[in-house]
Amino acid sequence: MPTVDEIYANVKETLVDALGVDDDEVTPEATLVGDLGAESIDFLDIVFRLEKNFSIKIPRGELFPESLAADQTLVKDGVVTTTGIAELRKRMPHADIDKFAKNPKVENIQELFTVQMIVNFVQKKLAGAGA
Amino acid sequence: MRWIWIDRFVEFQSGSYATAIKNVTMAEDHLHDHFPGFPVMPGSLIMEGLAQTGGILLGESKQFRHVVVLAKIPKMTFHSWACPGDTLTYTARLTNSGDEGGCVECDARVGQRLVAEGEIFFAHLAQKDGAPKIDQRNFVFTTRLLSVLDVGRAGDGSARASADRPNPVAD
Repeated sequence: MPTVDEIYANVKETLVDALGVDDDEVTPEATLVGDLGAESIDFLDIVFRLEKNFSIKIPRGELFPESLAADQTLVKDGVVTTTGIAELRKRMPHADIDKFAKNPKVENIQELFTVQMIVNFVQKKLAGAGA
Repeated sequence: MRWIWIDRFVEFQSGSYATAIKNVTMAEDHLHDHFPGFPVMPGSLIMEGLAQTGGILLGESKQFRHVVVLAKIPKMTFHSWACPGDTLTYTARLTNSGDEGGCVECDARVGQRLVAEGEIFFAHLAQKDGAPKIDQRNFVFTTRLLSVLDVGRAGDGSARASADRPNPVAD
């Protein structure tokens, strides 16, 4: 089981390769879309690289849930509902939902996708695999 | 002009790797401008050939159920060039694939000489029920491009081995 620092270093390298960004741009707080310029296809690329670099399998939608914003029960008037927040907590235990819940506008969902979120995800995944 | 940048597959291992060749010739108009007095195969068209090789490899691995589009080229390094008279050999190895897309590692060589190497990433475009049929003309492979799979086959459709093509495309 690698240490958190080792996981972080590997995630960093993964993002440098997938997004063509500089090493120093990748910080724990950096958002994939806003700060690192990721586009939709990059998410799949990141998933493939994580699978390879960590020898794990990541089922579709597990790291980056899809179509949350399109669900009417989860989003109303551009704001994620209480049900939506609960759903996010369930689907994305690796993300900082508490921070998002303070300003749950739908356009802020992408801010959940940070480098730290990926590190948390991989850490849980590896811990689960080793259990 | 036909947008086909590979001439023939010489090896095809379903879901694993594929090798195609491209013969560079002065009959190709663009070589007279790229560059005058020094004709070399443009790197962009080498990438297109690699993408067609890899795109068909990916498409075939899913029985052509998906519309495969070239999504991005995360990395491509050019080490050398190819001139008229050269045969470029494109090899693509499928490194990962799923419902949403796939990626290949690939290289282009002239003989043993490495010309280019990199990664190409493809996405599967969703074809929604009832939506107008997706026009595949701009995509990695089209029905027309798939005719490359038949190049070099015998009239009865069987793959023929020959001295210069010892590993025919498997049926």
